[in-house]
Amino acid sequence: MSKANLLERRSVVSGLLAERKDAIVVGGLGASTYDIAAAGDHDRNFYLWGAMGGAVMIGLGIALAQPKLPVVVITGDGEMLMGIGSLATVGLQKPENLTIVVLDNEVYGETGGQASHTAATVDLVGVARSCGIADARAIATMADIEAFSPLMQDVSSGPRFVSIKIDSANLERVLSSRDGQFTVTRIRGALGFGPI
Amino acid sequence: MHARADALTENAASWPEDIFAILQRFDVRQVPYVPDAGHSQLIERVLGASSMRAVPLTTEEEGVALLAGAWAGGQRGVLLMQSSGVGNCVNMLSLTQIFRFPFLTLVTMRGEWGEFNPWQVPMGSSTQGVFELSGIKVLRASHPDEVREVVEAAAGQAYNACTPTAVLLSQRLIGAKVFTK
Repeated sequence: MSKANLLERRSVVSGLLAERKDAIVVGGLGASTYDIAAAGDHDRNFYLWGAMGGAVMIGLGIALAQPKLPVVVITGDGEMLMGIGSLATVGLQKPENLTIVVLDNEVYGETGGQASHTAATVDLVGVARSCGIADARAIATMADIEAFSPLMQDVSSGPRFVSIKIDSANLERVLSSRDGQFTVTRIRGALGFGPI
Repeated sequence: MHARADALTENAASWPEDIFAILQRFDVRQVPYVPDAGHSQLIERVLGASSMRAVPLTTEEEGVALLAGAWAGGQRGVLLMQSSGVGNCVNMLSLTQIFRFPFLTLVTMRGEWGEFNPWQVPMGSSTQGVFELSGIKVLRASHPDEVREVVEAAAGQAYNACTPTAVLLSQRLIGAKVFTK
């Protein structure tokens, strides 16, 4: 199913992260991690190459530990659906510094483009809102991406949830490090925490 | 569930207090849980502790991911769950090897020692094996007077040596759930 005027994922992510400042960015398994890597490697990037369904919870753990830092989870619709209960958990905790961004192409792009539930029935914005995330919205234009990006820096008005419908083109992979210990140690180092 | 919870309220056990004190001493800050009657006293203590953040989960695997994030953000945590929830965690337990972070979970056992409900037995019987296959060290406490030293050892190796560890709190310790009187 091709739709006109859908946004292009790499432009969306680089637009969101252009002024990221001290934000910690978690990328969900799959293309979201490649998008974050494509926007530029950063010592506060948390790349996931597995743990499908875990991106939001990893973001929540960081957000609770570092309430003064913006934490942004960027993931896909399939990964979000697998961890859909985590929206209820976030809605209960209400971390004001957490932003969840879903790049929704309505397919499982890594595995052959099979349709996801969002293609037919599931409204993720409605799910997020009914889970207690009051600031839940859909964004459909690059102008709105630009306007939204500074809000992610506000650590006293979250949590917020954004669904962005993107086109389903499979782009060339931009590979980040796959070494989890390296990734976490680097983030901890950036926050001033040493090894054990 | 109510029978066991009521029994705990009427005659509060001391071992949950021992666990709470150990968690405080190790500076545990995030406590994700899926409720279990066997953990009810400890959960109450955590909910009342200003230094700890209790995080109720919809499924146990959320807690594994939460603790990985907590560690990246500089905090320690512990996951509280029942044996039936261990199976829900299996893929997410990969994170303990991928990140080598200080993972500690305290698991109240069902499906053993006088169990009434056969549906608890399969997962209860495979709980230890699932952990071991996932690279998690398993310690067990079956008597009130050994809980402190077992949990202390588990917390020590988890937080000091980044050795992912599960403590199984036996049904013999917490008492079999009473369905009928």
